Formats: sequence, C-alpha cells, structure tokens
Amino acid sequence: MTSEMAIAPDSGENERKSRLNMRDDRLHFLIITIGPVLATLVIASFILMAMGVSPLDYYGYIFQRGMLSPSGVQATLTRMGPLLLIAASLIVCFRAGIWNLGGDAQFILGAVFVAAAGPELVAILPVWLMLLLCLSIGAAAGAVWSLVPAFLRAYQGINEIITTMMMTFLGGSLANVLVKLVFLDPETTVPQTRTLAVSDRLPRLFDTTVSSGVLLGLAAVLIVHFTMNRTAFGLRLRIVGANAKAAVHAGLPVATLTVIVFSLSAGLAGLAGAVAVLGQTGNVRADWNPAYTLTIVPLVFLARFNGFATIAFVFLFSVLSIGSESAARRLGVPNYFTLVTMATLLILMAVAEMIDQRRRKRKEV
Amino acid sequence: MALFTEAFLTALLAGAISAGIPLLLVGLGEQMSEKSGVLNIGIEGMMLAGAYTGFLIAWKTESMGLGFLAGAGGGMFVALFMAVLCVRLGLNQIVIGISLTLGAEGATAILHYFQFSRTYPRLPATLKWDIPFLHDIPVVGPALFGREPIVYFALFLVSVFAYLYRRTHFGLALQAAGDKPAALDSSGVDVLKVRAVAVLTTGALAGLGGAFMAIVGAGIFVPFMTHGNGFIGIVLAMLARGRPLWVLGGATLFGACLSLTTALQVAGIDIPTDVIQMLPFAAVMVVLIVLGSKANLPVSLGTAYARGER
Repeated sequence: MTSEMAIAPDSGENERKSRLNMRDDRLHFLIITIGPVLATLVIASFILMAMGVSPLDYYGYIFQRGMLSPSGVQATLTRMGPLLLIAASLIVCFRAGIWNLGGDAQFILGAVFVAAAGPELVAILPVWLMLLLCLSIGAAAGAVWSLVPAFLRAYQGINEIITTMMMTFLGGSLANVLVKLVFLDPETTVPQTRTLAVSDRLPRLFDTTVSSGVLLGLAAVLIVHFTMNRTAFGLRLRIVGANAKAAVHAGLPVATLTVIVFSLSAGLAGLAGAVAVLGQTGNVRADWNPAYTLTIVPLVFLARFNGFATIAFVFLFSVLSIGSESAARRLGVPNYFTLVTMATLLILMAVAEMIDQRRRKRKEV
Repeated sequence: MALFTEAFLTALLAGAISAGIPLLLVGLGEQMSEKSGVLNIGIEGMMLAGAYTGFLIAWKTESMGLGFLAGAGGGMFVALFMAVLCVRLGLNQIVIGISLTLGAEGATAILHYFQFSRTYPRLPATLKWDIPFLHDIPVVGPALFGREPIVYFALFLVSVFAYLYRRTHFGLALQAAGDKPAALDSSGVDVLKVRAVAVLTTGALAGLGGAFMAIVGAGIFVPFMTHGNGFIGIVLAMLARGRPLWVLGGATLFGACLSLTTALQVAGIDIPTDVIQMLPFAAVMVVLIVLGSKANLPVSLGTAYARGER
C-alpha cells in the first residue's frame, strides 16, 4: 500500500521542462507559499479579534520576538536543530515509501540515553570525544528502537504505520520508566536525569547562545536532499518507494534496503533527541516529550521532500513556536493558538498546491 | 490468591469497559473510513471536538442524551472538513488529517480557556440502566449490565456494522471504494459519495467516543483529554482487518490494560503507571511478531480518487 502513497519522482522529461521554467517556477513557488501565509494571517486575525486581542500587536510581537530580538532569534535557531534532524529523518523514509511515524519515541529514547551517558562520559573523556560518542549513542538508540518494525516490514510485510505507532507509545512510557527508575539524579526532588554542564554541551556559535546543533540539522537535511536526488543509492531508495514490486524485478534487495531506510530514518530522529539534550536542555525530565514529529510530517509533505523548502518551512515553524510561547505570557493569548494557526496554514498550503497543479495541468493540455 | 477478589475483578471489568467503549467507537469509525479508502488521521481531532461539544451541551442543558448528540455533531463537523478537502478535492490525507487534529486540539483548548478559564466544572453522575436479573450476577453484573445506555448502544453498533459490511449493498460499495474505486465508479456508484458518507459516519462515531470520555469517563473536559485514543483507534482498525467483532476484542484488551492501574490500586498493589501503560502496546507487538501475517489493508487506502485518471 505504501508504494501507491509515495509521490513518484519526476520523470526526466518533466525535469528538463521545469528547468526551462526555472524563473517561472521560483515566482510561482513564492505565490503558493506567500499566498497561504497571508491568507492564514487574515483568518487568524479574525479569530484574534474575536478573542479581543489586536492582531497587529500579536503578530508584531511574534515577528519581533522570533525574528528580530537577539535572544528570540537565538532561541529560534537553536530549536531548528532538532526539528531539522527530524525533517531529514522523515524525508529519508517517505521518499523510500516507508511510513516511519515512530519518530517521537526514537527522539525521546535518543535523548534519554544521551542524558544518561553524557554526565558519566564527561568525567573520563575529553569533551569533544564525549560529544561525538553521545551523538552516536543517540542515533543508535533511535535506530535500535526501529529494528522490530523494520524487520516485520521487510520480512513479514507487516504494515509499519501500526508497528511504529505502537513503538511510539511503548517508547514514550519506556523513556519515563528509565528516567524515573534507572537514570534518576539522586540529588533532585523532581524525577530527572543528571544535568550536563553548559560548558560540556555542543559548542555555541560565535558569541551567541545559538547551539551548533542547528548546523548539524542543516547539514543533515542537505546531505539527505542530495543523497536522495543525486546518488545511485538515493535512486534505489526512490525506486523502492515508487514501486516496490518493480524494484524486486529490477533485482534490488528490497528487504535489506527497507531495514537500512528504517535505521537511517530512526537514527536521524535519535540524533535529534541527542542534539536537543546536548544543545538545549542538558537533561531529560520525566514526562518530557515535545512530540515534534507530528507537526513536522505535514511540513515535509508540503515541501514536497525538497531539502531547501523544508529548511524554510522549519524556520517559519520555529519562529512561530518561539514567538507564540512568549506571546502567551505577555499578551494572554493561550499558546494553543499556534496549533490553530499551524492547522490553518497547512490546510491552505495544501489547497494552494492543488489549485496550482490543476492550473498547470490545464496549461499542458 | 488475594488479588482476585470480587471488588478487584469488578473494578477491572468496569474500568475495562469504561476505557474500552471510546476505543470501540473510534475503532469502528476508523474501520469504516479505511474500508472506503480514506486513512483518517484526523480522527484524534474529531474525538476531541466530540469531547468538547458533548461536555459543553451536557453541562448547559443538563441532559446526557443531548450531550452525546452534540458530541457526534462535533465530530462530524471536523469530519466535514476531511470530506470536503480529502474526498472532494483529493488533498493529501496525511497532511489534512494531522492538520485537523492539530486544529481541533488548539480550538477546543482555546474555547475551553475562554469559557471556563482555569476551572473544570464537573458533570453529575450519569444515568444507568440496570438490566433485570443479569444485573444481579456477581462481578459481571454491575460491571456490564448496570451501565449507561450509551454502553449498550455501542455494543449494539458492533452487530449493526457486521451486518452492514456482510449483507448490504452499501457494505459492498464501501469495500469496493477502498479496493478498486474505478470498478465501483464504472458500475454506476458515486465513489466520492460513498467515501464522504464513510468519513462523516467516522466523525460521528469518533465524536461519540470523545463525548463518552468527557461525559461518562471523566465527567469533566480537559484540553487534550483524548490523549492518543484516536491513534489507538487507528491501530485497532488496522489490526481488525475489516471485522467489527475484532475491534470489540481489541478495544476490550486495550481497555483492560488501561484500567489495570486503577484496579491494582484498589487491590493495594503499587506498580508505576508507566509500566502498566506499556502493556497494551507490548501485547499488540507480541501478537504481531508471533502471528506475523499481513495486515490486509484496502489497496487504495490513502489515495484520492479522481475520475478518468489512470
């Protein structure tokens, strides 16, 4: 079933055509991106007015906080690190036609094991080696958590949407059990792991508080983008995603590739958890589960798995979430409002893309 | 063994049903949607909308019946978006489904915030129907035969759907809409209409399940209160492979696991909640690993149908 859902890569002819229309394409990409954003602002403004808040104040505040104020920009960029890694994780599996919806557990388990290992390792290793080791631990924890769904899918043909979701619920609880019972910091009253000192975390960029995790995130998205589009390995994965049966006939080792895709995707999600701990929180508290994956899934789809568009969308989302978190405190607009804005934006973007595709089809005929 | 006292077993079974009925309703709903070829990830949002409207109306009118109706309506309202955007316009079901869930989470939380601020008014206990004679059986009686009317209705729905899928034209049309929509279209049945009906029914059932959680289960509305139940419903529907009775079985199993914590506390045993919460999911994984067979999903699940396309 997954093969039908995956969006097939453009054929060669389309690619040539679209290159000719590159400028036209860029313009229209702006229209289908900016259009929905403006429409969302209008709709959200009406809702804000109904709540008795001036939309100008609200958006002015979010814009100012998320994009202009130094501390806001730094927070926005820092948050982008884990989000971009999750986006990279999703691009890998979606393009290979695999629905890894278990990213939240892979993320949180990566985070928990890194938070447990970090303070132990820093006592015996130099910081750079500890960081490197921790990043690998996070990726490994995520990848291990996807092994059961991967093998069930590869060798038994069991639908991975079910299994990865099951593993998400399981992993969320397991992370809590680990934090509360095994990796507990004995010196605090709230159940949480031991905290990694700021000097032992991922280095900050220049003189800011921006964690270098964002560079890892950017690199991951770009590497995934070029691997999927420009390498033989990426082509193989795309063939598996577009038509698994045809891939078998073409002699591709579909089962092995499936397990590889799962490990890569889950590894990136685990890495996101590692970056969140090493760059931002320094520890994991019980019941902490930001559940980023579900909001990133539609963003990646709307970017049509394009790395550059994904980076732009993730930036937008990051600004919105950082800005509205402080708007909640300052202007009394509950933080939940972001959810409504996000939902409106996603729906309108999907509609804009549909209108655009129909228009193109008419042009071709 | 001291654990299996009457009080413990009654608490376990009653809890299993209270936790299982929303799952049953939402699982039955998702099953219908999936049969017709629509992967409904927005079901969590439909459930939450049902929980909110159901609670609000039950609280305002002091009528549980109207509350449940409103809950079904609230779920259907969200489903209407899904029907228009995914069925009629053919937009990506995953994108829209997740958006609707996010939107419903935000909207209900905001509405609740502006109406009740930070207070959580409680509904009075719901009316129960004691079924004569059966109600007097120990353990099973109070847990199963002295329940709210909606519990009997939900159980009744299982047989209604089993009949619908096996014996009626509409059931056949649903199956065809999911497996080979083009064939259904050429036989003169409107695929989009069949799918839209399925999606709206799903919304009503999910809304009812949400309303059950708010009105019967908790007696209050709390933002985000459905807490992944809609997603469990999706899993139930996929595991049940189109059979309503299997949804019932799965919902009971999950419900029992969810209620085990409370029941064990009644028995005076303290096990971390997190461990217990892993049980139902671990059970499903073990079943999948042991049985290891294909999930048997409709061929066209997740793809929009457009007339005349190849």
